[in-house]
Amino acid sequence: MSTQTVEAPLGMTAERQAVVEGAGTAPGKDWVIVTRGIKREYDMGGEIVRALRGVDLAIMRNEYVAIMGPSGSGKSTLMNVIGCLDTPNAGEYWLNGTQVSKMSDDQLARVRNKEIGFVFQTFNLLPRATALHNVELPLVYAGVPSVERKRRAKEALERVQLGERMDHRPNELSGGQRQRVAIARALVNNPSILLADEPTGNLDSNTSEEIMRVFESLADQGQTVIMVTHEPDIAAHARRVVVLRDGLVASDDRRSSFVEKLGIATPQL
Amino acid sequence: MPFFEAIRLALQQIWVQKLKSFFTLLGVMIGVTFLIAVVSIVGGMSAYMTDQVVGKIMAVNSFELRHRPNIQLGDHSEERRRELNRRPRIRETDVAPVAVALPEGVKYAVVGQDNLTAQSRYVARPKNLLIFTVSEDYFDIKKMAPARGRLFSPQEFERGMEVIVIGQDVADFFFPSLDPVGRELTIRGIPYLVVGVMEKQGSAFGISFDKFVIAPHKSPLNRFVNVHGVIDAIMIQTPSREGMLAAMESVRQVMRARHHLRPNQKDDFELETSDSALEFWNKIKGYLVIAGVALPAIGLVVGAIVIMNIMLVAVAERTREIGIRKSLGAKRRDIMSQFLVESATLSTIGAALGVATGFAFAKVIAFVTPLPAAVELWSVLVGISIGAGVGILAGVYPASRASRLDPITALRAE
Repeated sequence: MSTQTVEAPLGMTAERQAVVEGAGTAPGKDWVIVTRGIKREYDMGGEIVRALRGVDLAIMRNEYVAIMGPSGSGKSTLMNVIGCLDTPNAGEYWLNGTQVSKMSDDQLARVRNKEIGFVFQTFNLLPRATALHNVELPLVYAGVPSVERKRRAKEALERVQLGERMDHRPNELSGGQRQRVAIARALVNNPSILLADEPTGNLDSNTSEEIMRVFESLADQGQTVIMVTHEPDIAAHARRVVVLRDGLVASDDRRSSFVEKLGIATPQL
Repeated sequence: MPFFEAIRLALQQIWVQKLKSFFTLLGVMIGVTFLIAVVSIVGGMSAYMTDQVVGKIMAVNSFELRHRPNIQLGDHSEERRRELNRRPRIRETDVAPVAVALPEGVKYAVVGQDNLTAQSRYVARPKNLLIFTVSEDYFDIKKMAPARGRLFSPQEFERGMEVIVIGQDVADFFFPSLDPVGRELTIRGIPYLVVGVMEKQGSAFGISFDKFVIAPHKSPLNRFVNVHGVIDAIMIQTPSREGMLAAMESVRQVMRARHHLRPNQKDDFELETSDSALEFWNKIKGYLVIAGVALPAIGLVVGAIVIMNIMLVAVAERTREIGIRKSLGAKRRDIMSQFLVESATLSTIGAALGVATGFAFAKVIAFVTPLPAAVELWSVLVGISIGAGVGILAGVYPASRASRLDPITALRAE
């Protein structure tokens, strides 16, 4: 517990308020993610579904944030927008000092490749490729030459203690190992943010703890981590918890106050 | 994504589903097989016609003055037939003026030919043979040499003695297990001494070129072969191909003058070259090549449709993979090229297999028939590039569909 992020002010402080209100201007370089009044609506067969109704969010470098909310609260949509898989209908999204809300598909692909590392609930590894090749993929699309690609992919796998199993295919690995391969793949291109969508949803509680420890140590090393989850005890591992309700931010708290509010036990880390 | 990487990925994908891939590329494979087979067979037939058929009858850089064409492939119209029948014959008296008009270094030979019955004392049955009477340069022009015995001496030519050389088939028929040299063959009541047996000439379309008897031009046979001072041909050979055209023009002028043709009248004689003999074949060859391209084209169209279908299925099956790749930063171009390279690789493999089976097909035909099938390099290159082209064309639509998939929807697939 050595980083200062734990001590940083949370919630909608005056400082955050100022960042969020500066519409049209680039936030300072400490702000990895700034969203200003993001709206996302879907047309579901004539009926307009308003998934996001104006989300204001500001996340600093090195933060470890959980985004929570009941199903239908818009957390998946927000995660897609933050992950540059989707673009908002209205509002601004600044990622690492660049506005990405108006980018083209191919520009978004480049941003996903360079700035974002995804970790999914269902791992989303290529079933026929080895662990090493799965981890290499982002580097392939970044145009890294083969030799360096292999070297960096090995390094990333070693970081998640999978150096011994890099020639195995996903079906030869346990759930926890698969998720660690996915984490290695997310980290291999040194992204600005690690974006995890229900990372423990398909894992048992012991393995979940194991994955949470990996996230914890990454956060300790200074990696910005954003995790979407609906499980409070998983969210309790994060140092800041944003709760969405009906497409709006309902609360934005430090972990301690979140844990107090929910009355759950402090996770043993 | 680098090209090499894409190919590796494509091969991997193809290998994983070997059987499915094989059926997918079958259409292209069959198309290319036929292309290679037809081109090889036509090429082989062409070589056969040129070398074996016409080449055996006609000598190198030579032409023959005849009253009508000797090598007759295909039919003529009634009009043409009547025109040919009206033509005057080439006569003994034409030889000297033609010979005078020929440039220095040009060889010529007078040739008479007819079918006559011959008999030997060793075989009871008489047999109809092709009889030639020729002048001295004939063997030199035709590059014919005796396998046993000798050719005629200048004296035998000069005095028109009763000597003959015979073809291999004639020797086998009339002199079974005997040496024909020094023995006699009777034609029209006169015995002729066999002085030589010529080298084997081979056959074309099952017709042997070894059923001949050759006698000196002035021998008694001339009376039966060349009746009333008529001769069948003057064979003329020039040292070079360019000289041949000049010599042909000289001969044409001499013959037109001798036949008193006016400038607006066509030649009433034939100057036959190996090219003019091959003219009809070249026409057939044109049709065969068109058929040889049209039939495989159908196979390739079917092949393209199959590949397009399978690629569409592949895109549907691998929607999630596309989603994963897009989430990791694959651009539209990356996904597009991945599927394009895959369908092009698939169909190029099909084309390569087609080249192999087409080649095997041609070999089988060469083995079973007398036709030498020649696989030509250009057909291999064309076959393979057509295969790649078909794959790219068939892949464009599926690949562009894949590249336009929305990553969120794609990730949710299955």
